[in-house]
Amino acid sequence: MNKVTINIDWCKGCGLCAEACPKKIISLASDKLNKKGYHPACITDEEKCIACAMCAVMCPETVIKVEKL
Amino acid sequence: MGQIVFDRPKALSDVQLTYCPGCTHGIVHRLIAQVIDELEIEGRTVGIAPVGCSVFAYNFFDCDMIQAPHGRAPAVATGVKRAHPNNVLFTYQGDGDLAAIGTAETVHVGARGENITTIFINNAIYGMTGGQMAPTTLYKQVTMTTPYGREKNIQGSPIKVCEMLATLDGTAYAERVAVDCVKNVNATKKAIKKAFQIQMAGKGYSIVEVLSACPTEWGKSPVEALEWIRTDMMPFYPLGIYKDVTEG
Repeated sequence: MNKVTINIDWCKGCGLCAEACPKKIISLASDKLNKKGYHPACITDEEKCIACAMCAVMCPETVIKVEKL
Repeated sequence: MGQIVFDRPKALSDVQLTYCPGCTHGIVHRLIAQVIDELEIEGRTVGIAPVGCSVFAYNFFDCDMIQAPHGRAPAVATGVKRAHPNNVLFTYQGDGDLAAIGTAETVHVGARGENITTIFINNAIYGMTGGQMAPTTLYKQVTMTTPYGREKNIQGSPIKVCEMLATLDGTAYAERVAVDCVKNVNATKKAIKKAFQIQMAGKGYSIVEVLSACPTEWGKSPVEALEWIRTDMMPFYPLGIYKDVTEG
């Protein structure tokens, strides 16, 4: 089990993480808004995460932390 | 115990960036901070912030930062480096700052072979001022000031900064990279690290040109903007090392 933590208050919903994810388990939460009014990125199926950190590498805001548990 | 695969680098301040969604300034900021962490030089690094969208870069790095007048970052860096030769100096400049108002400083810092590193963000447009044509704007590219596309016989030709600076004897390292995909982001980090190492070895001026995205002023989504770097920018601005004195 791997753990991805996203600081959603700083996320600007650009979607570059979702594009980079090889497992396609990141999406922009259409039912949620953060402080700045963006739809933040969220993990839809953390079980499938392989902790490659490609999302974090492409994130311009550096709000993603990836841990291998 | 969990193993941390990726976390914020220490040299990146704990503040939110002021850039638009999908702006790749953030990626390059983080790469510089990661390199500073890896080389363990935060205590003796001085960054020079430009004028442009990245004018607030002094807030985003945890090392010492100086805000220079428009285009004069290399001149400020020269002064700091000559007064404190053991410090590691980097200038962070966009295309308007480096290739328009600061062209003289850019060319002469290379000509003098100052031991500093320049991180040059090339997004082929003026971001902060509202999307006007930059010196690096491509032929046929539509901007606020080239509504019919840039024409060679009217607006002139784009400046290829790495190629130009590679002709100078004082330039030790010139490489063009991009931040359009994971592979190229990793290559960018490697290039920035190498540029810092060349500076620390006292070999001369080093510049890393980063092809970056400006989704807002290009009128594209962040994902489309990265695609545009690949389809339109890379054919005109080929990636690669243009000069490296440590090789051959």
